[in-house]
Amino acid sequence: MRFYEYEARKIVELAGIPVTKYGFCQTADEARKVAEDIGGPTVIKSQVLTGGRMKAGGVQFADTPEEAAEHAADILELEINGLEPVGVLVDPKAEIKQEYYAGVVWDGTAKKPLMLFSDMGGIDIEQVAEEHPEHVGRGHISNLLPVGDFEAKQVIAATGVTGSRLNRATPVLAKLARLFRDNDMLLAEINPLAELTDGTFVALDAHMEMEDEAVGRQKKLLRKDLGIAEDDTRDNYVPSRFEKNVKAIDAADHRGVIQGKDHGFSGNLGLVIGAGGGSLTLTDAVRSQGGKPANYSEIGGNPSVAKACGLAKEVLQKDGVEKIAVMMSIVSNTRVDIVARGVIKACLELEKDPAETIAIFRIPGAWEDEGAKILDHYGVEYCDRTVSLWDAAGRAVAKIQGASA
Amino acid sequence: MSAPKSLESVFIDVRIAEPAASDVELAKTLEEVCPVSIFKATDSGSEIVSGQLDECVLCNLCIEAAPDGAVTIVKKYEQ
Repeated sequence: MRFYEYEARKIVELAGIPVTKYGFCQTADEARKVAEDIGGPTVIKSQVLTGGRMKAGGVQFADTPEEAAEHAADILELEINGLEPVGVLVDPKAEIKQEYYAGVVWDGTAKKPLMLFSDMGGIDIEQVAEEHPEHVGRGHISNLLPVGDFEAKQVIAATGVTGSRLNRATPVLAKLARLFRDNDMLLAEINPLAELTDGTFVALDAHMEMEDEAVGRQKKLLRKDLGIAEDDTRDNYVPSRFEKNVKAIDAADHRGVIQGKDHGFSGNLGLVIGAGGGSLTLTDAVRSQGGKPANYSEIGGNPSVAKACGLAKEVLQKDGVEKIAVMMSIVSNTRVDIVARGVIKACLELEKDPAETIAIFRIPGAWEDEGAKILDHYGVEYCDRTVSLWDAAGRAVAKIQGASA
Repeated sequence: MSAPKSLESVFIDVRIAEPAASDVELAKTLEEVCPVSIFKATDSGSEIVSGQLDECVLCNLCIEAAPDGAVTIVKKYEQ
């Protein structure tokens, strides 16, 4: 789950990390009042869950409260990457001596949080790591043991920061690491972490991302501290027609499970696949055999004939689909004959010849003998468990390439 | 290959012979035992819900609930 900048700032503040005086506003008048309260030049930032705000005109500087209100009015009307802002953040324009970067990310390889610090803040940490690797300090922290300040200090010291700067930056990174772990974050970064002219360190901008699976147990932070509604999922993903239709078919019938995705797929071989991780394996197998999948799907849990038929029909009706490959690893509760009936019925209802349309049917397991009888009746090639997933994918690809040639 | 006239019964057909088809009590039993709602009990006996025929899971519960030979399941793909 992603957070808006004003929410990330609040999370940082709750963790005891100093922040500048700021205000979240949803009207120009509110922005004027916050700017008056701050006193002095301000920065007005669009609150959208997308990058490129500065380039799109979503970040403006103001010298007076009136100017802040004008900018806020403009920014509140400004769509960025198709998204409308939920408000603006009004920040003081800080007097900065130096900018740093402090972050904690989930290291999926080490399966531990990784602390990062750089004395070159304000720019992408990836760019710093590539061009100036000596300016990036790193250090893992335990998933269970308390985070010690000394661990943060080691990471910061690795960048050459010493003296009072080291002492002042250390609690910021240590607190960031603790908030990362306590709040089940995947990403917690402060960029820039500013050293002001008076020597204090404050978080000027923060980005946070929480593990989706943790949303249920972080109710205090989400509902009470941040006031985020339960139905606010922050999901900006717009499903395709295919994805929406498959979801509706699945929801209409409790028997079995189907899923379909086609974002990023534009091939000619439709996939009706599944079973015990089979979908990922089979999609990869089709690709590595030179095939072009038209979609990704998952079918399992012993669906009804209508559900299997519905998925196959949606796949067959996708633009560019010439044939479908029906493949699964060995099934136990899902019945081969039921899936066979479903995909054949889909072909017939679309007035297509199953023998020509189904490039391969490779589902071994429960009721496979009955399934084989049905497939044989309609002239569809059936593969049992003696044909590997890899070989089945290869046969499907060869058929469709032969048909296209 | 041309599409079948009715796509409601592509693979399976279920038949109930008389007098079982007019047996109101048997109709209730068949409606209860069928896991995919192929049978509907009416005032005059059993009615076949043709839209559900292809969902038949071949469990044979209907055959077991009816008198011998009264209910027949036809696998069209075997004919």
